[in-house]
Amino acid sequence: MSEPQEIIALENNALLGAVADLFAQGFRLVQIGCTTLENAYELNYSFDKDYQFKNLRITVQPEDEIQSISVIYPNAFLYENEIHDLFGLHIKNISVDYKGAFYRTAIKTPFSIENLPKPEAPKQPQDAAKQPAAGQQQTEAPEQQPEIPRPQKETTE
Amino acid sequence: MARTNVIPFGPQHPVLPEPIHFELITDDELIVDAIPSISFVHRGLEKLVEKRDFIDFAYVAERICGLCSFMHSMGYCQAVENIMAIEVPERCQYLRVIWAELGRLHSHIFWLGVAADAFGFESLFMQSLRVREKVLDIIEETTGGRVIFGMNKVGGVKRDIDAETLKGIVGRLTSMKNILEELTSIFVDDYSVKHRLVGVGYISRDDAYRLGCVGPMLRASGYAIDMRKIGYAAYKHLDVEPVVETSGDCHARCLVRVREIFQSIDLIRQAAEKIPEGPVEVKVKGTPDGEYFSRIEQPRGEVIHYVKANGTKYLQRFRVRTPTFSNIPAMITALKGSQVADVPNIILTIDPCISCTER
Repeated sequence: MSEPQEIIALENNALLGAVADLFAQGFRLVQIGCTTLENAYELNYSFDKDYQFKNLRITVQPEDEIQSISVIYPNAFLYENEIHDLFGLHIKNISVDYKGAFYRTAIKTPFSIENLPKPEAPKQPQDAAKQPAAGQQQTEAPEQQPEIPRPQKETTE
Repeated sequence: MARTNVIPFGPQHPVLPEPIHFELITDDELIVDAIPSISFVHRGLEKLVEKRDFIDFAYVAERICGLCSFMHSMGYCQAVENIMAIEVPERCQYLRVIWAELGRLHSHIFWLGVAADAFGFESLFMQSLRVREKVLDIIEETTGGRVIFGMNKVGGVKRDIDAETLKGIVGRLTSMKNILEELTSIFVDDYSVKHRLVGVGYISRDDAYRLGCVGPMLRASGYAIDMRKIGYAAYKHLDVEPVVETSGDCHARCLVRVREIFQSIDLIRQAAEKIPEGPVEVKVKGTPDGEYFSRIEQPRGEVIHYVKANGTKYLQRFRVRTPTFSNIPAMITALKGSQVADVPNIILTIDPCISCTER
């Protein structure tokens, strides 16, 4: 059974207002999660009330500052410190700020854009790959077994 | 005049099976604040999605924790199955419930033992683990494993349990009830136990909700929230009502777990009676593309397995929000105003699973 899950995309500056609104409606904060995209980060703020699951989503650039919601939901400080330490995002005004000492990781910000391999491109249909257009040389390398992606330690930009 | 001290508690402490650290700020023996510190054994399993494809990752998810192992792989598989719109056979859903409840059963009995050890009742600890062994035997007979079940896969489960074995399991669990009643009556009624737990580590109903408590910790403060009510797997066909206590202290958290032990036995009985015949898995074709938050009720509370996939065999993101992580803010509140001598009991009645937290 698939549980209905609402995801509401927001601008960064509209986050606090929307969170305060959910707080006023009696929602509890379930979690804050972060996902690394190609050039940005996606943050999901999940809430629940009477088994109604709602997500607020913001997409931020690496240099963006995010306002902490720990002033509204005091338990948010753990998630925000986690995101700061694992993704390197700047979250300001966290109620209990560990300043990077929350997680002891072997490499700094392991989930940041710099440390995450790019997602593998979807495979082209085999027919299209094998039949180059007339008069055009096939420039692509022959198909190989997909390699296991390795974390990139160098910036590729 | 009271002296303010900072007392380090953990990461290595006799009552802590796993490392977590608190800086306890005290006025004499009274705790006025507590600052938690985790990640002494952080493993970074979430990052393994870069190296293990979505099929293999079910085994990684199971290894997040030794006590809730089955439910981690179950949550993960449910997330991927939802993304790929895989209709899992109904028999598989019932089998998942049976193994999940066996997992909850042995986890709660194990907790009773560890809690007994924390308040100095070592023989009760040994008796609890003796009873738990019977549950582990059932798990071993049906899955081949005692800690890691290895039964879940994307699209179903690997093994079936025949009707005769199911009947035997229900019979054995029913006969265990007498021993369990005798064992749990000590936690419920014993003067010494109540003396150590009643009124200790109080969390109010409002605080429990506001601070994001989950599981027995939330239900012990009066909230009837249990993710099994969502109706995942076969729970939608079973009669499951959240176990609720209202006093919000260590004893209430203990009572919730005690009653959930018997609830799990009843759920296994219900599932064994209603399980339909049929296949236990379906073939999985293609790769996942999409995202889903899978929410299930572990022994320690609501766990979230978030999966985001981009159409390749490697997931873009896998995140686990574990119940212990969610219960840490309330743990701080429970510690404030307590005596230093009560700290081990308070921490243990939250049933911290650091292995999950350090995923």
